[in-house]
Amino acid sequence: MTSTYLSAALAGVLVCLLAGCGNRETSVAAATLKPGKERHVAPDFALKDVNGKVVHLADYRGKVVLLDFWATWCGPCRIEIPWFMDLERKNKDRGFAVLGVSMDDEGWEVVKPFLAELGVNYRVVMGSDSTAEAYGGVDSLPTTFLIDRDGKIAAVHIGLASRRDFEDGVEQLLQADAPAANGNRAALPAVSLGAR
Amino acid sequence: MRRLLTATALLCLPFLWAQGSGYLTVGRTPQVTGKRNAAVEAKIPISVQPGFHVNSNTPGDEYLIPLKLMWTSTGALEGGAVAYPKPSLEKYEFAAKPLSVFTGNFILAATFKVGANAPAGPGAATGKLRYQACNERACFPPKTVEVTVPYQVQ
Repeated sequence: MTSTYLSAALAGVLVCLLAGCGNRETSVAAATLKPGKERHVAPDFALKDVNGKVVHLADYRGKVVLLDFWATWCGPCRIEIPWFMDLERKNKDRGFAVLGVSMDDEGWEVVKPFLAELGVNYRVVMGSDSTAEAYGGVDSLPTTFLIDRDGKIAAVHIGLASRRDFEDGVEQLLQADAPAANGNRAALPAVSLGAR
Repeated sequence: MRRLLTATALLCLPFLWAQGSGYLTVGRTPQVTGKRNAAVEAKIPISVQPGFHVNSNTPGDEYLIPLKLMWTSTGALEGGAVAYPKPSLEKYEFAAKPLSVFTGNFILAATFKVGANAPAGPGAATGKLRYQACNERACFPPKTVEVTVPYQVQ
């Protein structure tokens, strides 16, 4: 009996060491797409874009979406942004959109000139703590979600990923059958997390 | 059973603490001592976790958030000019140019003058250190940590 308890205690320590007690932020998620059955619906949000227009993720229903949480002070984010601009340019007519979510506390005052400087060609909204919370905290930037046409999260990239990972992921999702065709479309939840 | 669970929890504690302490920690600042009108220097030990860096006080890019110590109360002390160490220029995969950063352990030196009418005895100056950390592949939201400089007026 004692050895059972001891084994359980040691297992607990091992789980503690491996699963959450270190710096989880140092890890970088794998790039592969999740199988359809393992995908969860991306939380909806209502956030304002640079023109003050409220943008809902649900507005993108039926499209493949690259949802990028980023900030102006984030160097790795700056590397990825031109890749996303290319993806937007090449695929916007194929049912694809990039949506940037800025996590800058200073708001549009710093984000607007940054977007102009880089010539960002996709829509950016101002994030909120509640939005980040809904997406698991988003403590590491960049954190990028690939969302399929069903509004489900097909991949998560935490930290700087490779350009190829994004290109391949988007292409796979675009080439996948539109779920509407097989009658299996799942609606996004009507949860509004509020805008700031 | 209860003892084993307690032992397990205790074994995990240092890791839980390390996670919660952020990417930068401020060590205990040795007490500074001086007479009225005397200049005193506080040496504030800073430690950045291995594998991480924080932007220096002069990051060289308007969008990067510099390391900055601001005093909220200096008590019987005056001034508090902060001398930052010489930053290192490090090249990272995500940046075209080397970045001006602090890594590892370093000291922030703050210079005060003991007030002309300072009452004799102990006190503390307090401030907030703002930093923004990254590793090789990701960056983390700016954080602020408390800094305390204990002093003794003779």
